[in-house]
Amino acid sequence: MEWEPIRKSLQALKVQPNLIDYEQTYREFSWDSVARELDGLPGGRGINIAHEAVDRHAHGARRDHLALRWLGKDGAVQDFTYADLAEQSNRFANVLRKLGIGKGDRVFVLAGRIPALYITVLGALKNVSVLCPLFSAFGPEPIEQRLKIGDGRILVTTERLFKQRKIAEMWERLPSLEFVLLTDAAAHVNEDILSLPVLMAEASPAFTIPPTDPEDMALLHFTSGTTGRPKGAIHVHKAVYVHYMTAKYALDLHPDDIFWCTADPGWVTGTSYGISAPLCHGVTMIVDEAEFDAERWYRILEEQKVTVWYTAPTAIRRLMRMEMEPLKQYDLSRLRFIASVGEPLNPEAVAWGMKMLKLPIHDNWWQTETGGIMISNFAAMDVRPGSMGKPMPGIEAAIVEKLEGGRVRVVTEPYVEGHLALKPGWPSMFRGYLHDEERYAKCFADGWYISGDLAELDEDGYFWFIGRADDIIKTAGHMVGPFEVESALLEHPAVAEAGVIGVPDPMIGEVVKAFVSLKPAYKPSEELRLELLGWGRTKLGSAVAPKMIEFQDNLPKTRSGKIMRRLLKARELGLPEGDVSTLEKSAEEEEKVAH
Amino acid sequence: MIATKAMSKDELHQLILNQLRGLAPEADLDDLRPHDDIRETLEIDSFDFLNFLIALNKEVGVEIPEKDYGKVNTLENLTAYLMARM
Repeated sequence: MEWEPIRKSLQALKVQPNLIDYEQTYREFSWDSVARELDGLPGGRGINIAHEAVDRHAHGARRDHLALRWLGKDGAVQDFTYADLAEQSNRFANVLRKLGIGKGDRVFVLAGRIPALYITVLGALKNVSVLCPLFSAFGPEPIEQRLKIGDGRILVTTERLFKQRKIAEMWERLPSLEFVLLTDAAAHVNEDILSLPVLMAEASPAFTIPPTDPEDMALLHFTSGTTGRPKGAIHVHKAVYVHYMTAKYALDLHPDDIFWCTADPGWVTGTSYGISAPLCHGVTMIVDEAEFDAERWYRILEEQKVTVWYTAPTAIRRLMRMEMEPLKQYDLSRLRFIASVGEPLNPEAVAWGMKMLKLPIHDNWWQTETGGIMISNFAAMDVRPGSMGKPMPGIEAAIVEKLEGGRVRVVTEPYVEGHLALKPGWPSMFRGYLHDEERYAKCFADGWYISGDLAELDEDGYFWFIGRADDIIKTAGHMVGPFEVESALLEHPAVAEAGVIGVPDPMIGEVVKAFVSLKPAYKPSEELRLELLGWGRTKLGSAVAPKMIEFQDNLPKTRSGKIMRRLLKARELGLPEGDVSTLEKSAEEEEKVAH
Repeated sequence: MIATKAMSKDELHQLILNQLRGLAPEADLDDLRPHDDIRETLEIDSFDFLNFLIALNKEVGVEIPEKDYGKVNTLENLTAYLMARM
């Protein structure tokens, strides 16, 4: 079905957008102009994300402006002005300093969306330490792996997560980990497990951000690979250029906005746009501690008078399930701009937005590695439902074809599928995968960053997502590496082989499904299936664990013994099996071939 | 429309626990108290919770619309919600 473009008219918009003429802005853009809108540290001492996000407002006219309104799941509300955020993050930076945590040291945080999480992020940035968030629905295995690869020196978490995620047990295998700070402990537990509230109360509210080079490491965001261990994407303080610029143009933030980014800071969207970008613009941001609840979300949009809302396709599709007309039940008159990220937004969802919210939903595209929005729809640019839009000013994007010898060809013809690639050099581009130079180098070819996503262009320069070029599973907006899941299943005594794929799902994009073959002593049973399901959840956590398990003898393998996930997926979906020339034959078949 | 089934509160309770066991087999369901938030206590994400409510609908014939999901977050209020509509 062809979807009609959504035409934009400047006259119909409530607020004049920051980007009025896409072509002109793209053509005339320079990063220097972004630098002029930012402050830099006083005395030319460099640039620090936390200064741009908090201190410059706290020392200026927006000092008493509401920066963060936190909504607790039980109905509690906590407000922080820019001055409050500055003071709290100063205290946390002093806590780190007192504990001997300094520049470049990795500060991990494992928590739900609680105020202490936001203070930790900003305080760590002020101290020029490196902040690494861990999603709170990770199980012990992903947590341990990331703490190990990231050389975590300190972990900020809650009493519940400390216990449930078995941090004490993994600690002896983590030589670099020195301290755990508990956000809700009333007193220190021992000399290594400390009470954050006690430390905060003792710490000075004054802190001067030390000189920060634009290239100093600021954030470490882990993402999953197809093989082996997760990759820690390194981001530097200069990334704030992109946070600021994209929030201005793609999210159209204006100083009086009330902005709600629903992403969790365990993922990159939740730090770039759930912390840094809105604060850099001095707006009010809403943080909701609770998980998705359709009724609650509409209520928040109404009661908090949200003007700009950045959410995800999974959530929008849940709202679409409600048999109601939101505008008849809720006053959403303040809401003027909606954007979506995490996975491609289907055209039906865009159409639903127009019909039910009387607003277009603006899809955009980016990745952990890009640090900020790269391709986007804009307030003043027509939306083609199903398209991710056009490249941000300052970003050169293309569809490329991989050629022999590491060369690539830029595909200029419309509607030709290829690799979605970006010209390196934008400020929030990842500067490496920590301790993994080789995999970093593999991301680039012939002067392009190859994203791993496949896409095509239409004749007017709109980009359209096609799929992943590898086995990585995209579920509820985040990446799951099949190898991580297979490894955890293989640790179970009954499992001989495991192959993990993503099965398409209309609600969350893909569902993690595991095919498992059993060791000879074991027989498939419902009981064993449940046991394996529980095993996965215990080891990996609900965010990564397979939701479906199917027993299957003799998983398809290459002759070298590698499980052919591609074939598992083709069979699951009833698609053509493609090239199976490397498929291992069973003994019987081999015999037939031999004779 | 699925016909609702006659069921005692205990039977319904058992049915709910069986469904939850399928989602979080590792959890000790005895630890789930009547007023605990089911999703939070058992670490069930919103996708699993959605499928849980859809499965319950098939079993007991009571449809729970998305807008009411916040009203069925504990064993106690889920049971009451279903009993009132069966």
